[in-house]
Amino acid sequence: MLEIAIKGSKKYWIWLGALLTVMAVAFALYVDQFMNGLMITGMSRDVSWGFYIANFTFLVGVAAGGVMVVIPYYLHDYEKFHRITILGEFLAVASLIMCLMFIVADLGQPIRMLNVLLYPTPNSMLFWDMCVLNGYLFLNIVIGWKVLEAERNQVKPPAWTKPLIYLSIPFAIGIHTVTAYLYCGLPGRGFWLTAILAPRFLASAFAAGPSFLILLCYLVRKFTKFDPGWEAIQTLSKIVCYALIANVFFFLCEVFVVFYSKIPGHMAHIKYLFFGLHGHGALVPWMWTSMTLMFIGIALLVVPAFRNNETLLPFTCIMIFIGTWIDKSLGMISGGFVPNPLHHVTEYIPTVQEIVISLGVLATGLLILTVLFKLAATVKEEVRG
Amino acid sequence: MNNKRENFLNKSSRRGFLKVAGISAVAIGAAPAIKAVSIASGGGEAALPVKTAKTEALTAKRWGMVIDTNKITEEVVESVVAACRNSHNIPDFGIQPDEEKYPNTRPAKKMQEIKWIWEEHYHNAFPEMEDEFLADKFKSLPFLVTCNHCKNAPCVQACPTKATFKREDGIVIMDFHRCIGCRFCMAACPYGSRSFNFRDARPFIEKINPEFPVRSKGVVEKCNLCAERLERGLQPACVEASEGAIVVGDLEDPESEVRAILKENYAIRRKQELGTEPSVYYIM
Repeated sequence: MLEIAIKGSKKYWIWLGALLTVMAVAFALYVDQFMNGLMITGMSRDVSWGFYIANFTFLVGVAAGGVMVVIPYYLHDYEKFHRITILGEFLAVASLIMCLMFIVADLGQPIRMLNVLLYPTPNSMLFWDMCVLNGYLFLNIVIGWKVLEAERNQVKPPAWTKPLIYLSIPFAIGIHTVTAYLYCGLPGRGFWLTAILAPRFLASAFAAGPSFLILLCYLVRKFTKFDPGWEAIQTLSKIVCYALIANVFFFLCEVFVVFYSKIPGHMAHIKYLFFGLHGHGALVPWMWTSMTLMFIGIALLVVPAFRNNETLLPFTCIMIFIGTWIDKSLGMISGGFVPNPLHHVTEYIPTVQEIVISLGVLATGLLILTVLFKLAATVKEEVRG
Repeated sequence: MNNKRENFLNKSSRRGFLKVAGISAVAIGAAPAIKAVSIASGGGEAALPVKTAKTEALTAKRWGMVIDTNKITEEVVESVVAACRNSHNIPDFGIQPDEEKYPNTRPAKKMQEIKWIWEEHYHNAFPEMEDEFLADKFKSLPFLVTCNHCKNAPCVQACPTKATFKREDGIVIMDFHRCIGCRFCMAACPYGSRSFNFRDARPFIEKINPEFPVRSKGVVEKCNLCAERLERGLQPACVEASEGAIVVGDLEDPESEVRAILKENYAIRRKQELGTEPSVYYIM
C-alpha cells in the first residue's frame, strides 16, 4: 500500500519538501542541544518542564481525541463515521509519534532512554505513560493499516482486528488519564493537585482532537477526490461543542474550589496565569486569549445556524484548537511551576531554538499525517471507483 | 568501575555488582539471569563481600539533620554553602570560565544554576506558615534549605528508572549514571531541592575535587547528605563548616545527639502537612 505515497502531484511534493526543510533546520538545532545540553532552552531550575512537555501533553490529547470517531462507529454502528474513522486513527498515529519525539527532545540523556525499560519502575507514572502511549500507537498502526488494506481489497477486515479495536478505546482514555496522573499526583504543586485534572484533560482532548479532524476533513476534501461527508463533519462539530463546554465547565469548577476555599498555595498559580504575580505576567494575555477563543467557540457551536455554516466552521475549529492549545500546553505547564514550591516567581519563556526544534517535531508529524492521509484518501477513491 | 564511588552510591554495593556483571555479560538479556543466580545462591544484601572496611564509617538506621536557626548567621551560611560547593564540584555560574581551558564557553543562565544547600527567607522556606505578625527575628533570619531526605520521598516514587533511590539508612541518593534527565523528580519534589545539569558544569568549577564525580550534562542532582564522607567516618561538609549550627545523626536511635536535641527543643519541618516526613528539623 505504501507505493501510493510515492505517487503524487507537484503540490504534494512541494508540501513534503517544505516539511523536510523545516525538519532539517530543526534537526541541526537539535544536534546543538544534544551537544551542549538543555541550556539552550528557556527552562530553569524552577520551571523544569517547558515547551516540549507542553506540546507533548497537548498532542496526547489530540491522539486520544481519535476515539471520538471510533466509539460512535464501532460501538454504536454510526455509519456516517465509516469514512472518517481511518482518519481519526491515522491522526492518532501521527500525534503519538510527535508525543514520543517531544519526550525524547526533552530528555537530558536521550541515549539512556531505554533505562525506562531496563529498570521498569511501576511506582513511576512515567513508566505507565510509556506503556500506554506505545500500546495505543501500536494498536492504531495495526488497526488503521489492516482495516484500510481490507477496504482496498474489498474484503472484511480480519476478525482479530475487532478485539484490538475495542481494546483501543480504553487505551485512548488511558493515555490521557495517565498523562494527567503525571501531574496531579505530585504533592506540593497546588495547580495540578486536583482530581478534575484527568477529566479536564479528556474534555479538552475531545474538543481539540475532533476540531483538528474537522479541519483535516476540509483539507482532504479540497485536495483529494475523497469526500468525508458533511454529515460526519456536523456530528463531529457537536462532539467538539459538548467537549469544549465540559472543558470550560471543569475549569470553572476548579476556579470555584480554589478561590472559595482561598488556600493560598492553590490560588497563586491561577492568579499568576490570569492576573500576574509579583509583577510577573508573561502569560496573562495568552490565558485571556485562550478563554475568549473557547467562549467564542462555544457560542459558535451551540447556535445551530453558526455550527451548520460550512464557511464559518473551519474558522471556529481553528479558534478552538488555538484556545485549547494555549490552555493545556502553555498555561498547564508554566502554571504548575510558577510560583515554585518556595513561592519564588521564575517565569518561563521558550527560546527561539526551542520553538524551532518543536516546529521540527510538528513538521515530522505533519509529514507522517500527510502520507497516511494520502494513503487513506487514495484507497477510498479507488474503491469508490 | 570505581569502587569508592559504587560504595557510596549504594552501601551494600549489590547494584554495583550487578551492573559490572551485567556489562561483562555483554548481552543485556543475561542480566536478569545473573540476578536470579545471585539471589538463588543466597546473595541477599549481606552475603556479598564488602569492599571497604566499614569499621570507621558513620552509620545510622535513619539519618536526620537538625538545623539550629539561632546559630545560623550570614557568615555561617556563606561557609556552609562554600563547603558544600567545594566538596561536591557544584558549579558557580558567577565565575568567569578560564578562556584557555574552556574556549568559547557560552554564558551561563543564573536561573539554570545548581544548588544543594542554600539560603532562603522564612516565608520561602515555610511558605504555608507566613504570618504578618511573625516575630521580627525570623523575618530577617537566614534559613538554610536542602534536600529533606524524606521518609516518603515523592522524588523516589516519581523516578522512572530508580536512578533516585532511598538507601536503607534513609539517605535519598542518586545514581548519576542511570538518570535519563526526564526531570520528573524535580516536578515531584515539594521543596525545590533538585537541580538539573542544563550544561557541562566543568568551566564553572573553580577547583575540581577529585574525590567526588563531576556530573555530566543532562542529569539531575541534589544533596546526598555527604554519603561519601560518612562512608569514610567524616561528618558532612555542611556540618563541619556550620560552627555547631547543623548536626546530623540517627533519628531512630533514642540515644543519638539529634534525638537529644529534638527532645529539648521545639523543632519544625518543612511542609509537614504533605506527609513526606522530612528528616531535616529546624529548631526555632
